[in-house]
Amino acid sequence: MAIYLDHAATTPMVDAAIAAMTAQMAQLGNPSSLHAPGRASRKAIEQARESLALHIGCVPSEIIFTASGTEANNTALKGLYWKGKSVGRNVIVISAIEHHAILDPAQWLAEHEGAEIVSIGVTSNGVLDFSQLEQLLKDRADEIAVISVMHSNNETGALQPITEIVALASAHSIPVHSDAVQSFKKVPLSFSTLGLTALSLSAHKIGGPLGIGILVLKRGLEIPALLHGGGQEREIRSGTLNAPAIVGCAAAADGDYPGEHVREMRNLLAQGIVHVIPDAYINGASETLPGIVNATFPGTESDTLLLLLDAQGIAASTGSACSAGVQRPSHVLLAMGHSDKSARSSLRFSLGSTTSTSDVTSVLNALPGVIERARAANLR
Amino acid sequence: MRLIAAMSGGVDSAVAAARAVEAGHEVIGVHLALSSNPQKYRSGARGCCTVEDSHDARRAADVVGIPFYIWDMAEEFHEGVVENFLSEYAAGRTPNPCLRCNEKIKFAAVLDRARAMGFDGVVTGHYATTKDGPMGKTLHRAIDNSKDQSYVLSVLTVEQIQGAIFPLGDTEKVDIRKEAAARGLSVANKPDSHDICFVPSGDNAGWLHDRLGSEVGPIVDQEGTIIGKHKGAYTYTIGQRKGLGLTVPTPDGSPRFVLKTQPKTNTVVVGAREDLAITKMYGENPVWCGPAVTSTPTQGFVQIRAHGQPLPCTYFYDGEKLIAHLESELLGLATGQAMVIYDDDRVVGSATVCETQA
Ligand SMILES: Cc1ncc(COP(=O)(O)O)c(C=O)c1O
Repeated sequence: MAIYLDHAATTPMVDAAIAAMTAQMAQLGNPSSLHAPGRASRKAIEQARESLALHIGCVPSEIIFTASGTEANNTALKGLYWKGKSVGRNVIVISAIEHHAILDPAQWLAEHEGAEIVSIGVTSNGVLDFSQLEQLLKDRADEIAVISVMHSNNETGALQPITEIVALASAHSIPVHSDAVQSFKKVPLSFSTLGLTALSLSAHKIGGPLGIGILVLKRGLEIPALLHGGGQEREIRSGTLNAPAIVGCAAAADGDYPGEHVREMRNLLAQGIVHVIPDAYINGASETLPGIVNATFPGTESDTLLLLLDAQGIAASTGSACSAGVQRPSHVLLAMGHSDKSARSSLRFSLGSTTSTSDVTSVLNALPGVIERARAANLR
Repeated sequence: MRLIAAMSGGVDSAVAAARAVEAGHEVIGVHLALSSNPQKYRSGARGCCTVEDSHDARRAADVVGIPFYIWDMAEEFHEGVVENFLSEYAAGRTPNPCLRCNEKIKFAAVLDRARAMGFDGVVTGHYATTKDGPMGKTLHRAIDNSKDQSYVLSVLTVEQIQGAIFPLGDTEKVDIRKEAAARGLSVANKPDSHDICFVPSGDNAGWLHDRLGSEVGPIVDQEGTIIGKHKGAYTYTIGQRKGLGLTVPTPDGSPRFVLKTQPKTNTVVVGAREDLAITKMYGENPVWCGPAVTSTPTQGFVQIRAHGQPLPCTYFYDGEKLIAHLESELLGLATGQAMVIYDDDRVVGSATVCETQA
């Protein structure tokens, strides 16, 4: 039986989401149409929006549906940057461990729109070095257009000090965006409590469908749009709303994430790894998502490990792959002080609601043989 | 057997992988990423280094129904093949990078890694065959003479040949394309790659110019008299007649040919056609694809180009160099090329030409 330990990449859709989505697919009507079928679609979307708002801790009108977490990140970062730039602020502050869906738009803004990127480093545990940010704000607060720091990291699971960041930034009226794609439903998360300006979410990480994301954007705030057209979502995001995916997303958010169980499985795996492979070590902070174990296996190469694990029916992953599929050393691990080599010797196992004790045991049984082979194959 | 299929994204390696699966082996497809920046070496649709090629390879693996991975061999490729190519040219020799790639990458880095991971061998789409006989597993020419690639495989040791599987050697290329189409492989009509995969648009001279510079130097005759100027000695090939730009005619009006290039002095030496003729060649760094060649002169054939003619010769090994005496004269042989010895259709071994004699 296949063992799926890549829930952070995407996790199985929950039955309720499949049912809600399937039913909605049979419903005729463009949600922007004024007639009865249109109103029916619109109603389903607005119910989903209201229900999602309760889970997110925001008001319904703060929810902007997008086609992915990536789009939510792009819309927030570019929009808030352009807004800041219009009043003479051109610095974008991000953390060194952001997902590519923040890193790359930031890079693009630097190359094409005159932005200056300041990347804040992390500690060896993968947590934002808060003192760096404090110092930066002391020196250059009035140049900063936006601060974007992820709520939790997708490779190590390390939770980031968002509350503290918002407190610091609000003293200077700097908007803060947070990519919470990995955190939603896994750890407590409330848009209003955090006091954020913007937040990004993605349905397929919580048991909803692929291709639907959410940008939560503070009420009343207007930012320039990326997609222009029908103006469906507050004029900030145009495009006919994807009603089936939206109701599927809401249904998934209604479900309960078995956080305690997942954390128990995670601890079992993390402790087991260092037990069966004595020189392996776990990367990351003490405060983490329940389901992520990032481990370094010295003397191996991650792509070899993935092939050997896959051959045994075990699906894990590494950091980022480039468009041609070549493994690159993870920028997250590098930022935590890893060498190129140790970063390339690391794997991410991400667990979810379906992960069982027997899954963990199977992985721990397979690991010694896999690591031995991978070490033999590491000829560099 | 458990096998790694090296899949370039072309039609040959796709069919080779499919045949290996059909033969009952457990196969995993691997595409070798040979450039750390996939668009760097080449931007056309063909070759071995583009994103499109890795996509084609992946789709072929899907159709064949095997797992697929990309292995990053960019560093090994750069060091073992690209840098070697440049330094050979810079030293006035004419290298064959496909041969180096087989020697250093496909049947070394990849095969070694595959074996360490518990695989038994590597499947490729090369046109060549192997036979099991009294000498063990030996390397032979393909049935399709026009496609035969045994020349570029002549750097494989006995040990490497053990782990090499060439499922296409018994078939004509046209039939491979038909088979690919019948198997539903979308690469069935993808054009072959002919050029050097890391040189964009086949502009070898331009590519070398960019990297080695183009320092003007003298063209001299065999007496050392300067009779012209050249732009970078390495862009000239032995036996070249056109494009020398010489204005001083020979006394009898006969044409001049490039006899050799001397990179140390950045000099190109020219002379008459008959001065190109050689009958003896010496090769260094020999590799034996079967039993080692001895000091006993033996009748056979030597081939000096990938798709060249096999030339009748007597060959032997003096303990240091592989030596071939040709039965008839050969015009123009550059050092750096591989001399590959054949016993009928069996590849005996090869060496890098380091010296020639009339
Ligand atoms: C932290 C983080 N941000 C953004 C994304 C992108 O989300 P999506 O897949 O919806 O584009 C992901 C998912 O890979 C992620 O893990």
